[in-house]
Amino acid sequence: MRFDSLADSVGRTALVGLPRLSPSPEVRLWAKLEQHNPTGSIKDRAALWMIADGEKRGLLTPGATVLEPTSGNTGISLAMVCRQKGYRLVCVMPENTSVERRQLLQMWGAEIRYSPAAGGSNEAVAVAKRLAAENPDWVMLYQYGNPANAQAHYETTGPEILEDLPGITHFVAGLGTTGTLMGTGRYLKEHVPGITIVAAEPRYGELVYGLRNIDEGFVPELYDPSVLTSRYSVGPREALRRTRELVQEEGIFAGISTGAILHAALGQAERAVREGKRADIALIVADGGWKYLSTGAYAGTLEEAEAALEGQLWA
Amino acid sequence: MAVQVRVPTILRTYTGGAKLVEGTGDTLAALFLDLDARYSGLRGRLVTGDDGAELHRFVNIYINDEDVRFLGGLDAKLAQGDEVTILPAVAGGALDTPIPSRAADRRRN
Repeated sequence: MRFDSLADSVGRTALVGLPRLSPSPEVRLWAKLEQHNPTGSIKDRAALWMIADGEKRGLLTPGATVLEPTSGNTGISLAMVCRQKGYRLVCVMPENTSVERRQLLQMWGAEIRYSPAAGGSNEAVAVAKRLAAENPDWVMLYQYGNPANAQAHYETTGPEILEDLPGITHFVAGLGTTGTLMGTGRYLKEHVPGITIVAAEPRYGELVYGLRNIDEGFVPELYDPSVLTSRYSVGPREALRRTRELVQEEGIFAGISTGAILHAALGQAERAVREGKRADIALIVADGGWKYLSTGAYAGTLEEAEAALEGQLWA
Repeated sequence: MAVQVRVPTILRTYTGGAKLVEGTGDTLAALFLDLDARYSGLRGRLVTGDDGAELHRFVNIYINDEDVRFLGGLDAKLAQGDEVTILPAVAGGALDTPIPSRAADRRRN
């Protein structure tokens, strides 16, 4: 396959069967390998679509500055696209972010502004909103509320999966910004009557939920629960166990959020077996495991790995 | 119909600091009324509306790890031995940043 540039090669990832984890020939699991995108995660799709949308609407012009509260995959994807397009990127991240994250973003040319560690992700969003107000010419893409995030999946992830798996009965993905599930879910529901759309939501350690007040809570503006059939909360123990099973049984080295997605997908598979129904279950592998090696997720016992993850946003 | 209820840190002021409490009820709504009899004020943080007919927008509740909003909301059925988890809705997914540990807080103070 030949492309004009790296950004043009985003998407069209492989969908591979999981013969050893699938319970029977009638109930099969299929993994969409999003770590095969240029920067190694599904976020390349959203980054590309949000930038293209900003250009289409005239918000992004040559030399523009893009602002986003992220130290994760979205920041890395945006940094890659911004470098190619010649935009300046400012990422807001909590000051206690890992050194690997900082180096990856800086390597792609992103500038980093720090938010107080104590406020976690909510505080990074608040600092980014303040920076946006102080710099009216900067463009905050805001992945939690930008329809282009979901649109990327409506136009690419959804059609790709349906083309490769016309008999699809279930789609399972992680719930963060909700972009993957909203976009892919909407497309598949329009084309596959009766399809089951399942969200796997990572359940972190208690420290992550340390709000001062319930009213400080946050629900992404993109989230529309009517797209989903059900939503499961998956804790670190199950996510780690499934992440390890995926590499041990099928040879797929994935990040920890993928373990949570696999856990929910296997739950759907067990139910189909119990009910004697045929199922073709597509699940998302959101990224590879490389960036999580330093968390200790892949070494030692499950108990040790779980303890190491306490207090971290692992997805 | 006894069920176990996991209470998040932010709501433990209502449960005397308890992380895990027990309650009874055939539905989630009934469970909340039962809990409120012993942990006064807790229900008021979980439901909104004139007669508490809706779940609070920033509260997520799970029965055996499944979001109750897809199980009938406050009418969701409970069975003996179910595990109910209450969590505040927070931003996740995009920021994989370690949240400051208690040890780090102690060093700062």
